[in-house]
Amino acid sequence: MAEAGRRRGPTGKPRYSILALARNALSYHENWQAAWRSPEPKPSYDAIVVGGGGHGLATAYYLASVHGIRNVAVLEKGWIGGGNTGRNTTIIRSNYLWDESAAIYEHALKLWEGLSQELNFNLMFSQRGVITLAHSEHELKEMRRRVEAIRLNGIDTEVLSTADVKKLVPIINTDQGIRHPVMGGFIQRRGGTARHDAVAWGYARAADDLGVDIIQNCEVTGFLKDGNGAIEGVETSRGTIRSKRIGCVAAGHSAVLADLAGFKLPIQARPLQALVSEPIKPVIDTVVMSNAVHMYISQSDKGELVLGAGTDSYNSYAQRGSLNIIEHQLAAACELYPIVSRLRVLRTWGGIVDTCPDASPIVSRTPVDGLYFNCGWGTGGFKATPGSGHVFADLMARDRPNPVAAPFTLERFKGGYLIDEHGAAGVAH
Amino acid sequence: MANQSNRLAAGGRVDRRRPLVFRFDGRRLQGYAGDTLASALLANDVHLVGRSFKYHRPRGILGLGSEEPNALIQLGRGNRTEPNLRATQIELFDGLDAHSQNRWPCLRFDVGAVNSAFHRLFPAGFYYKTFMWPASLWSTYEEVIRHAAGLGRAPEGPDPDRYERMHAHCDVLIAGGGPAGLAAALAAGRSGARVILADEQAEFGGSLLGDDDVTIGGTPAVDWVAEVVAELESMPEVTLLRRATVNGYYDHNYLTIAERVTDHLGVGLPTVPRQRLWKVRAGRVVLATGAIERPLVFRDNDRPGVMLSTAVRGYAVRYGVLAGRRPLIVTGNDDGYRTAFALADRQARVAGIVDLRTDPIGPLVAEAKNRGIEVLAGHSVTATHGGRRIEAAEIAPMTADGSGLAGSTRTLECDVIAMAGGFNPTVHLFSQSRGKLRWDGERAAFLPGTSHEAEVSVGGCAGTSSVTQAIKDGIKAGLDQVRALGHTARQPAAPAVEEHGQGETRPLWLLPSTQPVGRKGKHFVDFQNDVTAADLMLATREGYRSIEHVKRYTTTGMGTDQGKTSNVNALAIVGQSLGVDVPAVGTTTFRAPYTPTTIGAYGGRDVGHLFAPTRTTAMDPWHRANGAKFEHVGDWMRAWYYPKAGETFRQAVDREVTVARNGVALLDASTLGKIDIRGGDAAEFLNRVYTNAWAKLGTGRCRYGFMLKEDGMVMDDGVTTRLADDHFHMTTTTGGAARVMNWLEEYLQTEWPEMDVRLTSVTEQWAVASICGPKCRELLGRLCSDIDLGNDAFPFMAMRDGTVAEIPARVFRISFTGELSFEINVPTRYGLALWEALMTAGADLGITPYGTEAMHVLRAEKGFIIVGQDTDGSVTPLDLGMDWIVSKSKPDFIGKRGLARPDLHKPDRKQLVGLLTEDPTFVLPEGGHVVETVKPKPPMAMLGHVTSSYYSPSAGRSIAMALVKGGHARKGQTLYVPLEGRTIPVTVAGTVFFDPEGSRRDG
Amino acid sequence: MMLIPCPWCGPRDDSEFAYGNQAHIARPSDPASTSDQEWAEYLYFRDNPKGPFAERWMHAAGCRRWFHVVRDTNSHVILQVYKVGEWPDPALGVGPANKES
Repeated sequence: MAEAGRRRGPTGKPRYSILALARNALSYHENWQAAWRSPEPKPSYDAIVVGGGGHGLATAYYLASVHGIRNVAVLEKGWIGGGNTGRNTTIIRSNYLWDESAAIYEHALKLWEGLSQELNFNLMFSQRGVITLAHSEHELKEMRRRVEAIRLNGIDTEVLSTADVKKLVPIINTDQGIRHPVMGGFIQRRGGTARHDAVAWGYARAADDLGVDIIQNCEVTGFLKDGNGAIEGVETSRGTIRSKRIGCVAAGHSAVLADLAGFKLPIQARPLQALVSEPIKPVIDTVVMSNAVHMYISQSDKGELVLGAGTDSYNSYAQRGSLNIIEHQLAAACELYPIVSRLRVLRTWGGIVDTCPDASPIVSRTPVDGLYFNCGWGTGGFKATPGSGHVFADLMARDRPNPVAAPFTLERFKGGYLIDEHGAAGVAH
Repeated sequence: MANQSNRLAAGGRVDRRRPLVFRFDGRRLQGYAGDTLASALLANDVHLVGRSFKYHRPRGILGLGSEEPNALIQLGRGNRTEPNLRATQIELFDGLDAHSQNRWPCLRFDVGAVNSAFHRLFPAGFYYKTFMWPASLWSTYEEVIRHAAGLGRAPEGPDPDRYERMHAHCDVLIAGGGPAGLAAALAAGRSGARVILADEQAEFGGSLLGDDDVTIGGTPAVDWVAEVVAELESMPEVTLLRRATVNGYYDHNYLTIAERVTDHLGVGLPTVPRQRLWKVRAGRVVLATGAIERPLVFRDNDRPGVMLSTAVRGYAVRYGVLAGRRPLIVTGNDDGYRTAFALADRQARVAGIVDLRTDPIGPLVAEAKNRGIEVLAGHSVTATHGGRRIEAAEIAPMTADGSGLAGSTRTLECDVIAMAGGFNPTVHLFSQSRGKLRWDGERAAFLPGTSHEAEVSVGGCAGTSSVTQAIKDGIKAGLDQVRALGHTARQPAAPAVEEHGQGETRPLWLLPSTQPVGRKGKHFVDFQNDVTAADLMLATREGYRSIEHVKRYTTTGMGTDQGKTSNVNALAIVGQSLGVDVPAVGTTTFRAPYTPTTIGAYGGRDVGHLFAPTRTTAMDPWHRANGAKFEHVGDWMRAWYYPKAGETFRQAVDREVTVARNGVALLDASTLGKIDIRGGDAAEFLNRVYTNAWAKLGTGRCRYGFMLKEDGMVMDDGVTTRLADDHFHMTTTTGGAARVMNWLEEYLQTEWPEMDVRLTSVTEQWAVASICGPKCRELLGRLCSDIDLGNDAFPFMAMRDGTVAEIPARVFRISFTGELSFEINVPTRYGLALWEALMTAGADLGITPYGTEAMHVLRAEKGFIIVGQDTDGSVTPLDLGMDWIVSKSKPDFIGKRGLARPDLHKPDRKQLVGLLTEDPTFVLPEGGHVVETVKPKPPMAMLGHVTSSYYSPSAGRSIAMALVKGGHARKGQTLYVPLEGRTIPVTVAGTVFFDPEGSRRDG
Repeated sequence: MMLIPCPWCGPRDDSEFAYGNQAHIARPSDPASTSDQEWAEYLYFRDNPKGPFAERWMHAAGCRRWFHVVRDTNSHVILQVYKVGEWPDPALGVGPANKES
């Protein structure tokens, strides 16, 4: 805690610590500085990141911290972290089937481990383990395939028997006579959850500290190109802002931005719903996912059960879905965790996820020189946040594919080398 | 037992002839039928009912209904216990057993209150700033945080109660049965339209139940309520739902109503569900959801006994309970005066009316003076005193703008403070429907603005404070809505209403005190989450300026009450702090459900056998009776293997396989997808959807085919048979049946609508018994006399119509095992009879039923693939080494162009090969991965994975198939399958492990 | 839960239908003559507008017929429903140039 009072970065914000809290308590917390400034946009920047979610803010932070590009603006049409960053079920894991996916998600997970300290913001990253259940012979076989691939990729994984699952999740129904009995599962103990809003705020504060301008309520309405068709800047609701290096990280609105830039993406925007229960004393310590019954569950530090489901089937930008998804998800909750039926749903909500045909992301150059897109994370973007920002900053800074990101190019759709994570991802993230 | 010391001798809607005994934290207390737990507790002078979330401050009952943030109760015990119920909504029943929450060891002495002593270390968001060093200790900190958080306890075991759902359609759905909703229901109901009226309370009447100073048509308002309800009950098309909260408003006027059917009885009933979720598609919607009173934000405004003014009045009028004998009224409008008079009329000595307005005028102010009640105009409450109960308030005159004090303080003793801060229209459902809210500066409230759905808001939720107006608007809304739907309706006369006016409201969002906010005491905004005005200001100071940031940073409005009493105060204080108007701060979004709704109500019915459909075949009873083990394949239950007494899985499967190769064995193949295809273009259609050629297939002949997706990847396979020139019988995989049917229909309807082809799924129409093995021809011959079964007359890949066991049948000579085999299709109703006939007729041949596992072994021995096991959506026919099935001459078929893409021809693609272990007894695990070079530990580069692996009794050794990078060129190579603890060397081989010449096919 | 007016069966809950994404994407009549890029676009690239969108639905739990809907993806308002072989109202500004069928 010796470093508690140390200042850093051009804006010279004091570090957060218990001592800082105590010191500020003496002045009734009236002297805390803003976590990030609210600057007016400058006429031009060395780089612009469109989208102030976790991925965009992380991109800006790594542009500044890793690549020394500090004259950066993050343009957010609403409030930072207001899209899927603040609407997801906060699950973090890297136990993916394909080598390419495992590499990028594991890259992210390694960054998560230590991120609170790096950003000096407690993200409440909690490695409480992520269990994936198997409910049939077929799923047991699929699970074995995944577990072996994950293990040989050097990522932690452990097969669980039904009894092991019961030990870790005492409230689960392991009756073998039910329609989708719990026949086993596997766990990634390094997986877990984090406080989603804090991820946006932590990156914003750290990026701001390095000189990045975070500009909220600034909607991009068009792209400027030079005579050769290369990117020159953006038109926004707050005026023209120029830059020859622009990265779009706008999740659900990626297709809208691509449309403005004059090309198409193989992306569809779908509603993804989630809900929380009222807070209760702890009943479940790990994250438990089940593809067969389309439901995943964890319990937040506040005590709310956090439940996720699959996406709705239709395109939508409405941030709402259909009730039958919720009903099915809660039936699954009652079936697998019979004690929950008397607990109450507190709040339901929806986000817009950008889904790719192969359920894998796009981190890529585009037909427009100097314009980069990072999108298509579908239902699994939150867990990738640090890794996604890290490799995207690298791509933007060097204009050449980062080795971890290279497979996720737009070109794959032309050649046919897709990274089809449908089976591996199921619905659950 | 306590003596209901606060119960008035008379009055109220409780039934004094029906006393009820209940327990609170183990203490036996008495109330009456008609009480809520809250009113019964107050009757017994119990104000301290809970501890706050963060500081564990003592808290009392604040409100009267679903807005209550403080009085959260753990009800009942064991499997039926429920946490976080609001005491204000629990109807009292005999034997009710309630406990307070979030305290240890008990409510009066709560150790957690130590947090309060260190409160200055815990400003909003403190946890983001600490608990980071050392990193390894976070999980320890977190466990402490988790156990401190969480409010009540979950039930201990499975829910013993039942839930139901109801689908309903109506012309008009009316949410809320107060004056506006009742008037709307009456006007709409009289037209004969189908009306549903739902209200969250046990009886209709809304705010009228808690007021005794309103008359309608010359009689007390509750009499008018009774008349209207009686008339509505007489209307056959009107459905009245009590204890039914309209809690969700979805697209296209789809709403949910959570009805609590038996909760108020305290016991479940066998004949009715505990709760019922109504799912209503409404032609039109009338929102008459009323308004919720705002608390006032002053220093230490959270002590037990500090209540909403309408709640204090409601407890007195509706329940005959005087929350205190010495009430102090703090009001920004005339409504506080009504509370003062209601209490004064019931033997209370009003300590005074602190009126935030500088110069209040009007009849109510005059009456206060007449009654000798002191009116302290332009005053603020600067502090409160008391521990587990409010004891006194300090008040002082304010400056004209309300930002500071303009005089010295004085202390008023009181045992209740009634706060009248004005009303927030309950616009939750309107907002859920995606209507746009607008800020009304004059009323200082968000009101319904532009509608998105076919609905209208009336009464309190539309900003109306007068009963007269609510009834008038309700009648108009009811008429408008039914007329819009084409009903004819006459206008009912609006009754004459006598009521007090509301006067002006002074919205003063933060009452000034002797010290700046945050320096001394706490000004609570969100009671449940312990969010203070200082926390909100801290958030804005730290740059969290959007209301969504403020909410998430401070947690204001995020409690189980979802900010019903706190959201607007928070918005206004944030606005003040930023120097902008309320609408510039933003509006919060309201999300379903309006009040927390049990998970059981949404999903509790679809459990057990109703959770997911189970499909069984006609032969299923035989399988069960004969001890089959089953596996789930999609929705189907398939016989997996048939163990004999004492047999292991492996022994049973080996036996079944051996019989299939040497005698006769019988498989239930009914689950295979079957599609009947007819029409003049049927053959051309098959040409387009399969990779191989179909035009020349002769009648009565079968062909195996591959279907690809447009990207060239294998989607499904199966055998299709030409029954006539224009008639085919297609089979698909069990799991792929629905997908293939959808796929074919889609192409037919959307790409090739000109084709003369009709598709019918006949999976369920045919039961299929597949017999195989050298003796199966003999067996079939015993049961079938009208088909010549000889090899020449009935060759491989042919179909014959005939009679088997006196049942009309289609017999296919196809084989998934490499043995002589017949698939006998009969109408499903004869499936069991056929099966039994085969078992009987084959008894002396040693006929043996075999399950899916033996089938898998048999096919793997022959190198036949299973789509979905040996493929995964990323595998082409070329990867499988099945180039022969892809036509080179057809100009087009689905997948041909996709298959031509460059990445699908790279030599390092994963290709299907056989793998042979050195140790012939070792069976590789399916899913094991193949590597070229073994490293001491991961990571190591993988070439692919084992897709199928079995012990083959026929080959006398283990066999496996695997998808391996560049596999076709690796035949003979030694590769490795690293498993946990040991590494298995394997030799790459072909995929046919038995009878490569195909000599057994003809028997 | 949207209410989708099936042109054959009448209005039904959206849970009865299967979604078919963008309408009026014709399969190339001669796939062999398409470039890899053109084939990729046919396979994977679809419009994804925020606003009116001509899309396909199939009444899976009813008549099992495919049909077209113009629906605002932002408001979920259904603007037009029409059968296969028919075209969207040009006034809605969606989909292909209005080819009279």
